[in-house]
Formats: sequence, structure tokens, C-alpha cells
Amino acid sequence: MNTTTINGAAAHHDHDHDHAPAGIMRWLTSTNHKDIGTLYLWFSLFMFFFAGALAMVIRAELFQPGLQLLQPNVFNQLTTMHGLIMIFGAIMPALVGFANWQVPLMIGASDMAFPRLNNWSFWLLPAAGTLLIASFFVPGGAIAGGWTMYPPLFMQGGIAYDMSILAVHILGISSIMGAINIITTILNMRAPGMTLMKMPLFVWTWLITAYLLVAVMPVLACAITMLLTDRHFGTHFFDAAGGGDPIMFQHIFWFFGHPEVYIMILPSFGIVSTVIPTFARKPLFGYVSMVYAVASIAFLSFIVWAHHMFTTGMPVAGQLFFMYATMLIAIPTGIKVFNWVATLWRGSISFETPMLFSLAFVFLFTIGGFSGLVLALVPVDIQLQDTYYVVAHFHYVLFSGSAMSIMAGVYYWLPKWTGHMYDEKLGKLHFWLTTIAFNVTFFPMHFLGLAGMPRRIPDYSLQFTDFNKIASLGGFLLGASQLLFLYVVIKCVRGGEPAGNRPWDGADSLEWTQTSPPPYHSFVTPPLVK
Amino acid sequence: MLNFPDRRAGLSFFAARLLIGLIAGLVPSLSRAEYALNLPAPASDLAQSIYDLHTLILWICLVILLVVFVPMAIALVKHRKSAGYQAAKFHDNLLVEIIWTIIPVLILFFMARPAASLVVSMKDTTKEDLTIKVTGYQWKWEYEYLGDNIRFMSNTSTPKEQIEGSQPKGENYLLEVDRPLVVPAGKKVRLVMTSSDVIHAWWVPAFGVKQDAIPGFIRDSWFKVDKPGTYRGQCAELCGVGHGFMPVVVEVVPPEQFASWKKEQIAMAATAAANANKTYGMAELKALGEKVYSANCAACHQPDGAGLPGAFPALNGSKIVSGDKSGHIDIVLNGKPATAMASFGKQLSDLDIAAVVTYERNSWNNKTGDVVQPADIAARRK
Ligand code: HEM
Ligand SMILES: [Cu+2]
Ligand SMILES: [Cu+2]
Repeated sequence: MNTTTINGAAAHHDHDHDHAPAGIMRWLTSTNHKDIGTLYLWFSLFMFFFAGALAMVIRAELFQPGLQLLQPNVFNQLTTMHGLIMIFGAIMPALVGFANWQVPLMIGASDMAFPRLNNWSFWLLPAAGTLLIASFFVPGGAIAGGWTMYPPLFMQGGIAYDMSILAVHILGISSIMGAINIITTILNMRAPGMTLMKMPLFVWTWLITAYLLVAVMPVLACAITMLLTDRHFGTHFFDAAGGGDPIMFQHIFWFFGHPEVYIMILPSFGIVSTVIPTFARKPLFGYVSMVYAVASIAFLSFIVWAHHMFTTGMPVAGQLFFMYATMLIAIPTGIKVFNWVATLWRGSISFETPMLFSLAFVFLFTIGGFSGLVLALVPVDIQLQDTYYVVAHFHYVLFSGSAMSIMAGVYYWLPKWTGHMYDEKLGKLHFWLTTIAFNVTFFPMHFLGLAGMPRRIPDYSLQFTDFNKIASLGGFLLGASQLLFLYVVIKCVRGGEPAGNRPWDGADSLEWTQTSPPPYHSFVTPPLVK
Repeated sequence: MLNFPDRRAGLSFFAARLLIGLIAGLVPSLSRAEYALNLPAPASDLAQSIYDLHTLILWICLVILLVVFVPMAIALVKHRKSAGYQAAKFHDNLLVEIIWTIIPVLILFFMARPAASLVVSMKDTTKEDLTIKVTGYQWKWEYEYLGDNIRFMSNTSTPKEQIEGSQPKGENYLLEVDRPLVVPAGKKVRLVMTSSDVIHAWWVPAFGVKQDAIPGFIRDSWFKVDKPGTYRGQCAELCGVGHGFMPVVVEVVPPEQFASWKKEQIAMAATAAANANKTYGMAELKALGEKVYSANCAACHQPDGAGLPGAFPALNGSKIVSGDKSGHIDIVLNGKPATAMASFGKQLSDLDIAAVVTYERNSWNNKTGDVVQPADIAARRK
């Protein structure tokens, strides 16, 4: 723990001449983990609305059969960019925003280990975001081959394809730097007495996630660089005519892609594992097994990638291996769900907004886990691959999983971040609207997929009409409800009942020992953890 | 402090009203719908086994769901702070944790066995009765009956007017083609698949067959369907702007009927060959050319020849189209590498290419007056 004291002293020393500049320069030059966390969160909220607006247009086109609003090429641009921006622009930055705000506060550190790197990690994002949004306006429009960027289709586009490759590179660099920062912070800057096994589970999940990021973002970078050289420099990595193999791209992409989905869900597990004990007023059940479950999920996530490729026609042995490995992931995932339920059991439960979102997470994420299990069975997957069933699956794990856990976390920590209580009544309204609209939108997609509706099509045959109507109406309500979220957040930032240091009587991690909002430099002298 | 039990009830009531309103708005369409909630009726043994496996895993999921969420529901109702419940303090129980790790492992072992044996039989493409080569093109399928010299393209036949809404949509909207794949009932059909451009996936849900068609590689799959009938599916892998308009239709016919169909096809091919040196008039070529254009070219270059700026070049007023005939023919025959422009020489007959080139050179603002004959095309094929 030597380092901790040294760092603590260093932060203290800085304090005297690190007064934040005012106005825009405060944000541009900030090296403060709280400011940067705030920037990450606002950026991701903006991208969430942008990509959400694309989804509204998609649902409007799919409201009835026939082409009404969009030409197919525009439709493909919208689905592609919706996915790409939601993943890289909304969910991932939001989770990094949580890490920035919460990791130092929860481990009793004064800031992140590399504050300047932190500034740089954030300010790369608007550059990448601008490139992505601008790509809609270049000749030919944005990329339209799916967020998975499969060649050879990806070879057939214009300048937007190169802009997007550049954007994803930038996002990747930002993620890697952010991850290195988080790892270093967690390993070196914990308060004296906070052993690894005493860390809040949220910190554990981020530690493991950061390792995943460092491991797989470079793989993605390789894949898209190979696309770029195939496009412009005459290589033939993925071009069969030149001796390459288009399926190799899918292997590389999903070697990144499957860990990526866990990058988006592990911190969510951390948030939910923080919120549930607070409002059940009972310690998290099975802390140690939770840590091991997260670690084994992370490990397994490296050996299941080809379950996204069962229809490419692998040898039997390959299909069986990836089926078994994928099924195995259900075990640690199940353990987590059991532990959450056991935490609730004989608690003293109350239902504030963050808790409502977390409870919905447990239930709906599990439904997504079940559909994952269904898809893990190769023969069933062959029927369902590339249908709306998969769309339902990943929205259950990504919207009611990642996005709703992010909302839980926002409501949970907003009082700490702003010093004000949010409007509980509106928060609950937001919860109910979101949960109901979410299910109305996405549950019918299971049926559509089973009945045979492919994904990524701008028009569909008549048998799919009714469920698509329902999904579209649900989708509009889901989109509109998020405006309420924006309103509640802004209202809370502007004012509200003072939150006090610890608004939740069941909360016990270190951030609640600080004032709300915490001082610009918190934990200048590290706290002592018993 | 932050607990509003009464207002919470009010809110959920409001939310429930909203849901009811939403559903009420849908009633008119609900009443006439046939809701497909499950996989389509299987037509092959494989599809049946997939169906059963899916049913089995659903029941297992349902049981697990109840085992997990009934206790959760009980806790949420009974162990509430507002009901005055005091929290217990336990946070570990090794025995319980071991049990709920081992039971799921056993369930998975139980599931893995039937799934694995089904995988093995899906992969078993030996002992086939006939083999058909399926090639994906942007955005149509080509079927070639290996060893029989039958080869044809299968294009969507849904009229543009139906898609754009100026005509009512037919019963098989988007799931109909000009020439379906015809196969004999009760025979094991092996499909070998590949693609000429991007990855496609050939899929007929009732058969339980979905296989990616990958350029430069050959993959195979099989089905055996006993009941004659028409079976429909779609391309399942995003393949560009026409991806939603790339249906698969399979006609399963009794073996005798299949035999006579085959004879017909061979005879048709012979007549086409005999016509290779015939000359055609402008009107004739333009009429055929328009059909070929809307089936093969319009998705990118647009029906009015205006293209999509930045993505697909306009043909109306294009330099190539108004320039030398041979340059025009060459790009249609050989395509343009690294773009969506395919080499249609592999896909279309000389007559079709002659027709479409004539059509393009004499439509919209293009008025070259050139008439291109099938023999001109044959001459430029190397
Ligand atoms: C029990 C755990 C899970 C299992 C067994 C599972 C299994 C699968 C399988 C087999 C597929 C491939 C489906 C196909 O394309 O045919 C798939 C797709 C997908 N899964 Fe999961 N999954 C699980 C959890 C998750 C989680 C936690 C996330 C994200 C937070 C996630 C996100 C996705 C996404 C985004 C796709 C689709 C990607 C695409 O094709 O665009 N899954 N999952
Ligand atoms: Cu995966
Ligand atoms: Cu397709």
C-alpha cells in the first residue's frame, strides 16, 4: 500500500495549483475523474438519442409491409449505424463514465492513475462520433453492411467505409487507454486495507472488463485494418479471388465480438450487484462466487466466438466444440442470477427507481440468457441465425441488460453526483414506461424470428405484419419515454431536495462517506478500510 | 423516505392503462391475424427434430424460470420494508452454491446429447440422390443440376408496384420467384453452395436448412422432403440493397413429374441455343431488355437510370452507355472489380445481355439508336 500513500500525497500536493479553469476550458482541459466521467455520460446520452432516433425511423419503415419512407440502401445504413453507434457510442462510453466517476470514489482514491491520459481518452470520442455522424452526408451515405462489417460486402462502399474504419480505430484507442487507466487505478490506488477481495463488486467487474478491453480491442483494430488494406492497398486477406478467405474475417471479428458483448454486460452486473443489496438492506449473497463467476465468464468469452458463425458451415467438431463452450457460459451466468435472488431473499426490500430497474434487469436479462441458450444449440441456431429471434435475444441482453442497468446506476448515483435527489415520481414513471414499452417492442420479435423473418430487411412478407405493427408502436413509446429520462436527469442536475451524504440507508461503499456532490478532489488523504 | 407505496400503485395503474390503450388500438388488426408463435410446420425429418429440440429446451427454460423467479416474487411480496420485514444477515452458503452450480451442469449435459446427434445428421451429406449447385448473386439464386445440363436463374417476381404500394400486395408478396427450384419428393437432395459476389444464405425454414453461400468456397447441405408442395424462404445473410428481395422457392414434385420437368428443361435449352444467331428488332430487344433491367440492374441503377449518387452511378447520360458499344458490353459482361457491379456474363444469356444493352442505350435520355444482337455479345465473350 506504499503507492497509495505516495499517490495520496501527490494529489494533495497538486491540489494547490490545480484549480479548475472556468467555462469551456474546464471541460476541454479537465484531468479530473469526476468531470471526465460527466463528459463520458453526457456524450453517451447524446449518442443514445442519436442512435435511438435512427431506430425510430427503422421502426416507422417496418410498421407495415412495402417500402414507405426509405430506400433499401438508406434502410441498411440506418440499421448498421444504429448498431454501431449504440455499441461504441452509447453503451461503452456510459460504462466508462461510471468507471471514471465511481472507481476512484469506491476504492478511496483521489483520482484516476493517469489523469491526462484520461482527458485524451475522452476527447477522442467526439472526434470519432463526428466522423460517424458525418459519414451520413458523404456521397453514397454511411456504411450499410451491418455493424459486423462482413466482407466482401464491406468492400463495396464509398468513402464512408473508410471514415468508419478510422472512427472505430479512434474509439478502440480510446477504450484501450481508458482500460489501462482503470486497471492501473484499481491495482495501485486502493485505500489502505482494501484488499482485492474487499473491493466493491462494481470495481471487480470493471477490473475484469478492462482486461477484456485490452485483450480484444487490438484484435478489432487488426480486423478493420485488414479491411482497409483490402479496400485500398491490394491485399487479399478476405478476397477468395486473391487467395484470401472471407470467413476468416468473421473469426477475427467475433474473437473480438463475443468478449465485446461481455464488456458491455460485466459492468452492468457490477451496477446491479451494488443496487440490489442497498435496497434489500442485506449484503450481497455469495460475493466470492460472484467474483469467480465474472472471471470465468470473461475467460469463457474467448472460446465461444464461432457460435455467431454456425451457418457458415464449420466441420462437425467445430460446431460441437463451440456449442458446448457456449452452453458452459450459462453456468456462471446462472450463478449470478441465483445470487441476486438469494440477496433479495429475506431482505427488507424497498422499491426506489434504481431498484426497480435492477429487478427488471434480473428478470429480463435472464430471458435474454434463455434465448442465448436456445441459440447455443447448433441445430436450433441454424433455424434462427440472422432472424428477428437473434434481434430479440440481443436486445434483451443489451437493452434490458446493459442499458437498463445503466439507467439503474444513473438513478442510484445521481444524488451523489449532483447533490440533489431526482424526482422519484417521474423516475418511476420512466421505469414503468420503459419496461412495458421494451417488452411490447421486443418480445414479439421472438415470434417473428421463429416464424422465419430474416433480420436486416427493409420490407417483409404479409404474414409478419401484425407483430411488426406491435413492435413499432412499442418502439415509439420506448423512444418517447427516454425523453422523460432526459428531463428527469436535467431536472436533478438543476436542483432538487438536497441528497445528504448517504441518501440510501442500505448503501455502504466508500463514496457515501463523501459529501454530495463530492469535493472536486475527494479522498485527498486515503481513508482506512478495516 | 423515498418510498411512495400509494403513488407507486397510481403509476403502475397509469402504465397499465397505457398498455391497454395500445393494445386496443391494435384490435382491428389483431382480430384477423393468424399469429405464428412457433417455428413453421416442419417438412423434413431434420426440421422436425429441430422443432422438437426447440420445444424441449423451451420447457427446460420454463422450469428454470419458475424455480428462480417464484422465490424472487415471494421475496418481493413478503420481504418488503413497507411490510415491516426485518432483513436477515446471511450472505453465504457453500452447500446451496455448490448445488446450484451442479444442477445446471447436469441439465446442460442432458441437453447437449440430442443436440449433438442432430448436428451429426445435419452434416451428413452422403448418399444423395441428386446434387444441385446453388450460387448466390446480388440478388438472385442460380440453380444448376449437376450432371443434367440444367441451369437457370431464379429472380424475385414481386412487381415493383406492389412494393411501392400502387398495387395491392399479393398473397406471396416477396416470397415468389419467376423460376422455382424443382426437386423430387422423397429423394435426398444435396445442395452445394457458393456465391459469385458477397455472402448470401440459402434458407427454407420448413426444411431446417440454412447455409451461407460464400464466394470462392463450396459448402454443402441436404434435405429430403416427402410431401409435394411449394416451400418458401429467403436469403438470410445481409448482401446489399436487394437483400430483402431475394426469395427462395422450392417446388417439391412427385418423382415422375420431376422426370418430365427435366426433359422439358433440356428441350428448352436446345431451342435457346438454336436461336443464338437470330437477329432481333429494336422493339423486341427493348421490351425484353426492360424486363432484364428491372430484374438485374434497377436495384442499384434505379428504374429511371438515375443511380444513387455516390453509391451507384447513373446510366442515364452515362459516358459508357452513350459511348462505344463494346465498352458498354464489356462492363456488363465482366463487371467492375471491388464494386457492386457484377459480371453478368456468368449470369445472363447472350440474348438477355443484348437486350439489356440495347435497352440502356435507347432509354431515358440515351438515344444512340444502336441495336445490339446476341451475336455481338458472343463475339465479345473471350
Ligand atoms: C447465457 C448467455 C448467452 C448465450 C448462451 C448467448 C448466445 C448467443 C448466440 C449463440 C448468439 C448467436 C446467434 C446467431 O447469430 O445465430 C448470440 C448473439 C448475440 N448475443 Fe448472445 N448469448 C448470451 C449472452 C449475451 C450477452 C450477455 C450479450 C450482451 C450483453 C449478448 C449479446 C449478443 C449479441 C449482440 C448478439 C448478436 C450479434 C450480431 O449478430 O449482431 N449475448 N448470443
Ligand atoms: Cu457471442
Ligand atoms: Cu441476402
